[in-house]
Amino acid sequence: MTQDNNKDRGRFWVRLRRIALGGLGLAFVAGIVFWGGFNTVMEMTNQESFCTSCHEMKENVFEEYRNTIHYQNRTGVRATCPDCHVPKEWGPKIVRKIQASNEVWHHLFGSIDTPEKFDAKRMQLAQNEWQRMKANDSRECRNCHNFEYFDYSVQGRRSNAAHQAGLADDKTCIDCHKGIAHSLPPIEQEIGAGREAVAPDVFHPPAATKPQ
Amino acid sequence: MKKQTRKLAMTLVVALSLGSFGNMAAFGQGVQSLRGAGIVGNDPAPASFRVAPDGPPIPRDYVQQPPLIPHKIEGYEVTKNFNKCMDCHSWSRYQEFKATKVSLTHFKDRDGGELSNISPRRYFCMQCHIPQTDAKPLIDNTFRRAEGLR
Repeated sequence: MTQDNNKDRGRFWVRLRRIALGGLGLAFVAGIVFWGGFNTVMEMTNQESFCTSCHEMKENVFEEYRNTIHYQNRTGVRATCPDCHVPKEWGPKIVRKIQASNEVWHHLFGSIDTPEKFDAKRMQLAQNEWQRMKANDSRECRNCHNFEYFDYSVQGRRSNAAHQAGLADDKTCIDCHKGIAHSLPPIEQEIGAGREAVAPDVFHPPAATKPQ
Repeated sequence: MKKQTRKLAMTLVVALSLGSFGNMAAFGQGVQSLRGAGIVGNDPAPASFRVAPDGPPIPRDYVQQPPLIPHKIEGYEVTKNFNKCMDCHSWSRYQEFKATKVSLTHFKDRDGGELSNISPRRYFCMQCHIPQTDAKPLIDNTFRRAEGLR
């Protein structure tokens, strides 16, 4: 009698362990599938072909971009949209992707679906991106361009001087390199009639005064 | 006499016009431009030339010459939104970049009024100012720099 009882209890634990192990295994496999799927979809949205699949991008910014050195150059090394506009690190990437869900709304509303509408918003859009890059110290530029490895001896006379002076002033890439991959919004240069334009000290931020 | 003169003149005109029109095709084919290409065909494809590297100002060859651009201008944006040239050559910015400042002659608007920056009619710099490549002259010539500039 007691022996039978012990046997039953043993079977129960064996069964429970099997269920627990099986459940764990299933969860593990499901985790891999879910994570793999999530990552695959996210990487799919991180391709130039995805970015230019809507005409807001294709007919405006992508057309401008095709004439620049980041699209075509003598060595054929090129940057795609996400190389500059989506962080490489996982955390910031997720944050940027969540922010980008707002762009789906504007795609549905058609906020910038013609070149005219896009140009009307260009000032705001450009300044958003300048602020983002200023705030993260031009992190996406630095994924490829690392100023610690600059060889000033092969830089041009002007870029050599400007890079050394700018870095000494704690400037970041976007402080000077605006409009290198897309056309600029109106910049105030005091030529001709006045208009709504980006202020000169936004376009060329004054050197940060370093604490002595 | 009068009639005869008129007849002669008419004959001359007809003969001349017939002659010139008749020979037009042959005329076009026979002539070569100084550069070596035929008048009718396409120009030969340009060879690949390098823009002269960043350097000091290039001396003028005649006094009215718009100064040449002694650096690369590839990718420079000159649109209604932004004038890349004036980002360094305007009077408010040339000192910082040690650039040549734009000439005061460009500050006059079409009514003769003096402005404090370039006039919109002088906005498109590259209508007159151009960079130089290492291309050799297409034909030999005897051009010499103006006397006052030698």
